[in-house]
Amino acid sequence: MTTIHIKNGRVIDPANGVDAVQDLYIADGKVAAIGTAPDGFTAARTIDATGLVVAPGLVDLSARLREPGYEYKATLESEMQAAVQGGVTSLVCPPDTDPVLDEPGLVEMLKHRARGLHGAHVHPLGALTMGLKGRALTEMAELTEAGCIGFSHAEVPVEDTTVLLRALQYAKTFGYTVWLRPQDAHIGKGGVAHSGPLASRLGLSGVPVMAETIALHTIFELLRATGAKVHLCRISSAAGLELVRAAKAEGLAVTCDVGAHHVHLTDADINFFDPNARLTPPLRSQRDRDAIRAALTDGTIDAICSDHTPVDDDEKLLPFAEASPGATGLELLLSLTLKWAEDLGGHHGPGDALFKALARVTSAPARVAGLDAGTLAVGSGADVVLFDPAARWLVEAPALASQGKHTPFLGYEMAGQVRATIVGGHVAYERNAA
Amino acid sequence: MPQLDPHTLDAEVLYAALLDQVRTGIAGAHEPAIVGIHSGGAWIAERLARDLGLTARLGVLDVSFYRDDYAKKGLPAEVKPTHIAFDVAGATIVLVDDVLYTGRTTRAAINELFDYGRPARILLAALVDRGERQLPVAADFVAAHTRVGAGEALRLQQSATGQFKLTIERDHA
Amino acid sequence: MLNPQLNKHGELQHLLTTEGLPKAIVNQILDTASSFVSVSDREVKKVPLMRGKSVFNLFFENSTRTRTTFEIASKRLSADVINLNIQASSASKGESLLDTIDNLSAMHADMFVVRHASSGAPYLIAKHLHDTQQNHVHVVNAGDGRHAHPTQGLLDMYTIRHYKKDFTNLRVAIVGDILHSRVARSDIHALTTLGVPEIRAIGPHTLLPGGLEQLGVRTFTNMDEGLKDVDVIIMLRLQNERMSGALLPSAQEYFKSYGLTQERLALAAPDAIVMHPGPMNRGVEIESAVADGPQAVILSQVTFGIAVRMAVMSILAGNQG
Repeated sequence: MTTIHIKNGRVIDPANGVDAVQDLYIADGKVAAIGTAPDGFTAARTIDATGLVVAPGLVDLSARLREPGYEYKATLESEMQAAVQGGVTSLVCPPDTDPVLDEPGLVEMLKHRARGLHGAHVHPLGALTMGLKGRALTEMAELTEAGCIGFSHAEVPVEDTTVLLRALQYAKTFGYTVWLRPQDAHIGKGGVAHSGPLASRLGLSGVPVMAETIALHTIFELLRATGAKVHLCRISSAAGLELVRAAKAEGLAVTCDVGAHHVHLTDADINFFDPNARLTPPLRSQRDRDAIRAALTDGTIDAICSDHTPVDDDEKLLPFAEASPGATGLELLLSLTLKWAEDLGGHHGPGDALFKALARVTSAPARVAGLDAGTLAVGSGADVVLFDPAARWLVEAPALASQGKHTPFLGYEMAGQVRATIVGGHVAYERNAA
Repeated sequence: MPQLDPHTLDAEVLYAALLDQVRTGIAGAHEPAIVGIHSGGAWIAERLARDLGLTARLGVLDVSFYRDDYAKKGLPAEVKPTHIAFDVAGATIVLVDDVLYTGRTTRAAINELFDYGRPARILLAALVDRGERQLPVAADFVAAHTRVGAGEALRLQQSATGQFKLTIERDHA
Repeated sequence: MLNPQLNKHGELQHLLTTEGLPKAIVNQILDTASSFVSVSDREVKKVPLMRGKSVFNLFFENSTRTRTTFEIASKRLSADVINLNIQASSASKGESLLDTIDNLSAMHADMFVVRHASSGAPYLIAKHLHDTQQNHVHVVNAGDGRHAHPTQGLLDMYTIRHYKKDFTNLRVAIVGDILHSRVARSDIHALTTLGVPEIRAIGPHTLLPGGLEQLGVRTFTNMDEGLKDVDVIIMLRLQNERMSGALLPSAQEYFKSYGLTQERLALAAPDAIVMHPGPMNRGVEIESAVADGPQAVILSQVTFGIAVRMAVMSILAGNQG
């Protein structure tokens, strides 16, 4: 196996409280040492990381790879490429593929396919119910053995509360985490934008905040009854975050994430019915966005994820309400996180906003997902990203490796460009020096 | 008729001369009527109709919808109302404009009149003919001939008391 | 992002909504329309402005009335009219909207009059025309989802101007299903632009959208209170689907609380005018005695509608992109 010496980069490892300019040594696919070379180390490859940040590879809690079933939208090859170009070395994919990931065989095949591509580590979530129909439980133990790290109901609300109760009880039996989108089955159904003055003006059906808070109340009640562990996916509102804050204070086993686009955008970014801004959950008001940013700072929100959802032209270039929701995100996760750090207070030195922000895409998501990732501790798998925090790049179709070319950030210039991504001690991606 | 210096034109004097010509020209005509083209032609037409006792047979035209430069210039910002109070069919119409120039406005006005009906005859009256015709149009009654410099236009003004005055302005067309 | 309705000279390139339409352009349309009113009284009811131009009526949502008035308006401008009724069915996903536009543009369409069930559809078309450098093609929104019906808004303004002259001291009430109404939205924006000091929305809570206060509208759930001293009453059509959508129990109950009866009309100003975009549901939102009464100007709206559409189309066709 290759030995790599990464020289002179700013090593930021929130999991271990490291933030200093020093060298990193990789051997046998693991982090061999930080600071001084281990005895007898000879580097087969030396990378000069002067001016770059050296961080754990990003851990993305939601990225749709569109396989199996949606290969016309994207393939494992293109999306895995997008992941490493975005500096993502571990990703969690939701079970809403076609067929749904409710059979161990499908999970094994997906993991096998992903392993063969030598890109990011793919960690599938198994379906909570068969076919995501909200009726019969899946074989959670078998699915875990096949490689699922948790169980999710993707975007589909579980209508029958009894089924959700049973699913949480069953998951609790084995200690599995259930990943849920807090969304009422009926209120806001068919809605495409945040219920508010803007949606009223534009004549778009709304999804009220109530759809999220009512679902959260239900989930928390069920947690009190079962003691299960839940990860809440894509919180979108200030009111919802208040409930999460209270639930955490109460001691319920709850974590949550937010989509990277929602950290920055509001419903005003719909502009003149731009279908690129059609997302689920919808982009909400300024007050909701401000609450999201405050919650990221105080830890109420554990992680930022990309919610990567490739959508092709045929399904996006339609009138707003008809367009498929979703945006490409693997290659924007880093830049959007850095943008938030910039807004917090920029980069000044050790332990600054950049350090805090990177925690939300490395150590924290790894903890949420129970993964041995998002860390540069000696002995851990060498999943590393080297990036230039100051380099700027234009978000446009040719710059994206993903087959999903739609994002509300199309045409924007972003800061933060990945120079190299290392997975398991092997250089999976390297940007040619311009 | 001799060509006059545009700076020496007295609109009131010219009006009197035009009125005389028109009165003579329509004597004995069948169902006479006066139609003025906005804006200058309409003012003159109103006075002619009063002085000739034809106020019941007066019309005013805005030719905006019949101009031939619509494709290039679009609709003008202000379109004035067109109002024809009499039956065009069978009438002897004196079409009145203040300044006769390329002849295109006359062409548009004639087309518009024909969309109201079939007149027996149309006679053209102009206060001033500044020449440089681009279409085969000729006035039946005209009070003065003149020439105006390139980039200049001859405009009729009407004072608050109804007095006519001709001025030379820069042409912004 | 630049206002997609205006070209780089600030002139009207497309008519998509009354929202954000500069007052000068609104007045230009109304003034031009008054010149077109008299065209219908002539022997030859045509002007040659759009001779040789092709207007494509693209109706993805059925509407014989609106399509007919646009057709009449186009023909009075001497344009050639082609009608396309495309039933948008999600089950049979035929040609995409943009592919349809590209095909029709290849047939040298000069203007698209579009009605679509999805809010924002005409914007997608306008953006596509811009991106494909087809600035000589203009779009008129004939109604998109719940968002806007700008020609209706403008003809309503023309009607109000005709009967009331001065906008700046009027009280205008809009009654009915405002939640789902593109006419209400277009009226509200236009009334605001023209300086109407008081706009009222009257209806049950289930039919009043959130955010009306931000648009400067006073909401009333009590119709008697809401109609007091108003000068203009705009009645909206109640659609049957609203009954099945758990928004209202029945048409009879709706009429009891929100129908415009002669008694209710008497609460308004004595010279108040009654308007309705049509078609009317007699006995549901309006009593026949009122609809046929002296204060109703509903038929005038139809006449004015042709002139206003002629004005919109001729102004658009004359503006180079």
